[in-house]
Amino acid sequence: MKILVVVKRVIDYNVQIRVKEDGSGVHTDNVKMSTNPPDDNAVEEAVKLKEAGKAKEVVAVTIGDEKAQETVRKALAVGADRGVHVKIEGDVEPLGAAKILKKIVEKEKPELVLLGKQAIDDDTAQRGQMLAAILGWPQGTFASKLEIKNKVLEVIREVDEGLETIEINLPAVVTCDLRLNEPRYASLPNIMKAKKKSIEQIIAKDLGVDIAHRLQQLKVEEPPKRKGGIKVTSVAELVDKLKNEAKVI
Amino acid sequence: MAVLLIAEHNNSTLKVYTLNAITAASEIDKEVHVLVAGNKCENVVKEVAAVSLVKKVLHSESSDYENFLAENLSPLIVKLAERYTHIISSANTFGKNFMPRVAALLDTSQISDIIKIESSDTFVRPIYAGNALVTVKSNDKKKCITIRPTSFDPAPSSGESASEKLKKGTLVEKVEPVAVPNISKFIKREETKSERPELGTARIVIAGGRGLQSKENFKLINDIADKLNAAVGASRAAVDAGYISNDHQVGQTGKVVVPDLYIAVGISGAIQHLAGMKESKVIVAINKDGEAPIFSIADYSLEADLFKALPEFLEELNKLNTIQK
Ligand SMILES: Cc1cc2nc3c(=O)[nH]c(=O)nc-3n(C[C@H](O)[C@H](O)[C@H](O)COP(=O)(O)OP(=O)(O)OC[C@H]3O[C@@H](n4cnc5c(N)ncnc54)[C@H](O)[C@@H]3O)c2cc1C
Ligand SMILES: Nc1ncnc2c1ncn2[C@@H]1O[C@H](COP(=O)(O)O)[C@@H](O)[C@H]1O
Repeated sequence: MKILVVVKRVIDYNVQIRVKEDGSGVHTDNVKMSTNPPDDNAVEEAVKLKEAGKAKEVVAVTIGDEKAQETVRKALAVGADRGVHVKIEGDVEPLGAAKILKKIVEKEKPELVLLGKQAIDDDTAQRGQMLAAILGWPQGTFASKLEIKNKVLEVIREVDEGLETIEINLPAVVTCDLRLNEPRYASLPNIMKAKKKSIEQIIAKDLGVDIAHRLQQLKVEEPPKRKGGIKVTSVAELVDKLKNEAKVI
Repeated sequence: MAVLLIAEHNNSTLKVYTLNAITAASEIDKEVHVLVAGNKCENVVKEVAAVSLVKKVLHSESSDYENFLAENLSPLIVKLAERYTHIISSANTFGKNFMPRVAALLDTSQISDIIKIESSDTFVRPIYAGNALVTVKSNDKKKCITIRPTSFDPAPSSGESASEKLKKGTLVEKVEPVAVPNISKFIKREETKSERPELGTARIVIAGGRGLQSKENFKLINDIADKLNAAVGASRAAVDAGYISNDHQVGQTGKVVVPDLYIAVGISGAIQHLAGMKESKVIVAINKDGEAPIFSIADYSLEADLFKALPEFLEELNKLNTIQK
């Protein structure tokens, strides 16, 4: 089977975001960028399935500007076989991204598509479900465990109540939680080898899908700041404050 | 036109966040209709009917809906969507699972996790783990929206008993189930049973992090939770290390909580954790590292070793004559 894994380049999760003064967005110049964290789990899972003999080929896809290729390169360095970069100027909404990915799926014909459960920049958590919908495929969202059993995929999902197990037919779309696995680091020789692997570039508008924005971003602003509090020096003082000052216990 | 809200329930009782979503829906349009799809879920229909803001309950019965598989629910919601301008649910793992599927089938851009309604097409939502707020205007004819439950008050019951309201007629409409694709199957759900209040709605939350060091040590947290009638939360690090199950995780990729009192113990305060608790009314942090970032947002900071502080905390609580429940 062939696995398509979808990766996004985002501001690194350790960076303290700064909102632009004019309300048009957040500062991205000279800011450290990385692969969206759960996408690393998606790549790791695909590579593990390949190592276990369950998958033949792993193709990493990204949508973004020229630099977005870095995320595909990183996936290649940990074991993906090939890359696809859908080049786009500016950003694309989840629905548009799902439409682009559908085109790539039709071309590559994978039996499994793995994505992260959420992009940590726009925090929408939509693209995997949207892709599954327009392909007419089942979805396994927020996956913390996957097991391929013949023609079905068993997925353990992290839900508010605890854990849920489902079985979905293949082909399927799965969105990965950070607890799915422990992503490996790329070794230097593998980073060198990855440089020789190919990344096919596709221009988004050549795919002929409607990716026009439906949502208008009116403004981006900082959330209200919390006022700093006080230091207490003992547990007794803490309990007294909670009882008599904050009146919460 | 009207707003269609998708109720979350377990076939016997309504999940509370549906009430918060009803409030949000009524801010968009007074004509709030609620879909209760499930298997033998009459009791849920009654519960929803008793909410005064609800104008109509759509009731669809099928064993295909029993476990709320997104593949099965979506065709029903898409069909009903013809009659509505907005489709709404809560932005928890229930709504996050099916709503994007519905939105894509309707060819509309979903607006996730809104915290404020400016008008029927303009909404505010957090991005970057809550470090920025974006105001978005939707130009789609139909809007699919998930709401952050903790940003809206739960809708009150009418006081009038549901059966009285039901007698008035028109309130409940039976809806035929729609054919499902049969591509997914529910196997099982492992729920963590607890006598304590639910994490999402508890008045007090006490949360432990990696500083707790083991599953056994979480007893120190649990004992205080019992004393305060609090829910127990955790950082991702504590869940990852196996100290506690995933349903306790607070943060960007866990639950969002807004209790009156949040007590963070042995938690450093990474932005991904703060994303889930920084709106709490009063925040207490107990940490042995005076430089821990959690102190910068805490109302009361105690720099101490938790293994000493927590037993003392319990002792001090035991000394109090009364504790608010
Ligand atoms: C994409 C992404 C999403 C994430 N989502 C979440 C999320 O939803 N929720 C979440 O919590 N995290 C999340 N994280 C992880 C987050 O970045 C942090 O790694 C995590 O919150 C750290 O947990 P912690 O504070 O328990 O552990 P640590 O950062 O290791 O902190 C432990 C703290 O305990 C203190 N301590 C140790 N021993 C004692 C003692 N004896 N007494 C008192 N204090 C002590 C230490 O001083 C330290 O401050 C996410 C990360 C990523 C990349
Ligand atoms: N521009 C993009 N290019 C490739 N993959 C993306 C892009 N945006 C989002 N994704 C994938 O979709 C997942 C969910 O994203 P989101 O719906 O934004 O929360 C991410 O974890 C990625 O795997």
